[in-house]
Amino acid sequence: MGKTLAEKILSKNSGTDARAGDIVIAEVDLVFAQDTTGPLTVRVFHESGLKRLAKPQKTVLFIDHAVPSPSAALSDDHLLLRHFAKEYGVVISDVGEGVCHQIVIESMAKPGDVIVGADSHTVTSGGIGAFATGMGSSDVAVVMGLGKTWFRVPESIKVEVTGAFQKGVSGKDLILHLVGMLGADGATYKSLEFSGNTVPSMSISQRFTIANMAVECGAKVGLFPADNVARDYLIAQGRPNDYQPIFPDVDAEYEQTIKINAAGLEPTLSKPHTVDNTALVRELTGTKVQQVYIGTCTNGRLEDLAVAASILKGKKCHPGVRLIVAPASRRIMLEALGTNYVQTLIEAGTVLLPPGCGPCLGLHQGVLGKGEVCVSTSNRNFKGRMGNPEAFVYLASPATAAATALTGEITDPREVL
Amino acid sequence: MLRGRAFKFGDSISTDHIIPGRYAHLRSNLPELAKHVLEDADPTFVSRVKPGDFIVAGNNFGLGSSREHAPLVIKMAGVKAILAKSVARIFFRNAINLGLPILICDTDKINDGDELEVDLEGGKVKDLTSGQTLTSGKIPEVMLRILEMGGLIPYIQKYGDFRL
Repeated sequence: MGKTLAEKILSKNSGTDARAGDIVIAEVDLVFAQDTTGPLTVRVFHESGLKRLAKPQKTVLFIDHAVPSPSAALSDDHLLLRHFAKEYGVVISDVGEGVCHQIVIESMAKPGDVIVGADSHTVTSGGIGAFATGMGSSDVAVVMGLGKTWFRVPESIKVEVTGAFQKGVSGKDLILHLVGMLGADGATYKSLEFSGNTVPSMSISQRFTIANMAVECGAKVGLFPADNVARDYLIAQGRPNDYQPIFPDVDAEYEQTIKINAAGLEPTLSKPHTVDNTALVRELTGTKVQQVYIGTCTNGRLEDLAVAASILKGKKCHPGVRLIVAPASRRIMLEALGTNYVQTLIEAGTVLLPPGCGPCLGLHQGVLGKGEVCVSTSNRNFKGRMGNPEAFVYLASPATAAATALTGEITDPREVL
Repeated sequence: MLRGRAFKFGDSISTDHIIPGRYAHLRSNLPELAKHVLEDADPTFVSRVKPGDFIVAGNNFGLGSSREHAPLVIKMAGVKAILAKSVARIFFRNAINLGLPILICDTDKINDGDELEVDLEGGKVKDLTSGQTLTSGKIPEVMLRILEMGGLIPYIQKYGDFRL
């Protein structure tokens, strides 16, 4: 019997014939934490009695959630991480470089890697065929010391996507639709594995968006095959030698198969206060919005900024809306400057933020007021998520977000394209 | 054998309900952080919870972030175990790593305020108020060993490595 992507990667890294349901100890190729989980990770590491790091150059601390720091306490957390990095020879990605998951896909993740991060959206690297999953500070501290951890080999759900997206519909709409269909715990402990004739023509950026949100239906990983699109992406990042093809076996065994017709998808969003509370954008048109946020590890890539710029080119945001845009990394910000997307967005009324995570989790920058409504391209809309339990967050694609910024109310992007 | 009172919560209590991102600046000041435990789900919880109590929740408790501070502040509040119909993956692992037991059982049968007696080894929950006994599902052996040691750090301090 053949293997799923999850079984293949965990077999390779554990040196066993890993099958769904097995408990294995697997080598971890890359481990990281960020500035809201890293300080606890460092403290736990010191407490554990582990003296050395297994792979200092494959251990990364990201300062991306509170950047530039909004408070003395968070600045002290940043100092703790910088000090640890220096003492142990760990790689540090400091203020302004970008969101951890974006830096990982640009510069570090390889197809077939096992990656563990102290951040739930570590799953993003599944877009390039890496078994990447989030864990807490204790697990990550132990991985830093031992270079390995235990995994339960997940059962896999095959998501077969066929057909072409309509204009104005993207990978974000697909994953919101899937989370709505499965529910927030519909894939708990499972591997979501994407296939079907839509995949070869799906951009790497959209694959990352989809993989990023696999955790929103509980999944341990969201995996794409590492095909020519993945190869071309790695070449474009200057890492051609990091490519190796990985595909599931044709006779792999899946727990279930879900079929999605991409052509039948419409612009979709998640209503407050859960990600699986999905609806079609056209069912909510007219809802007044005070803030639109385009960015994050979900949708802060060049392709996302290009879509927003194409909708807002030569136009102005609605006067009742604050449009906040944060490219996911310095590299993306530079590319967006080079292509004039930044110019276009600022001319339309955008407030440009440095690469970082702040608004998404309500840490700083763009915190909502009482009763305010935000349409965000991020991945979570739990009560209180954007800093105020009395505010309302709708999750949507960059196209829906930009169309909404233009009109001041939730708008189907097909109306403005 | 643990004995305490049930604090009932509904479905989908996320890590943002348990400890919101707006308190990120308190994550290195745990006693202050712990004052906000479950604030966005029940603002009265922190003043009412007593050492030895149990959190009794519905489906998918702890969904969302990987922040280990979520189970940590629950443990700091004196909660001795979490009972739920289901628990999100990362939260489950984090709680066990902190030595905070999780029992998966049909929590619909437990009412808010019920007195419970929990037998961790036998996986049994006795509701002393209603007289019913519930059975909890099994957790992987490796997690049981970590829990027995009081968490992942004591486990690693003792063994220095994973033992399957």
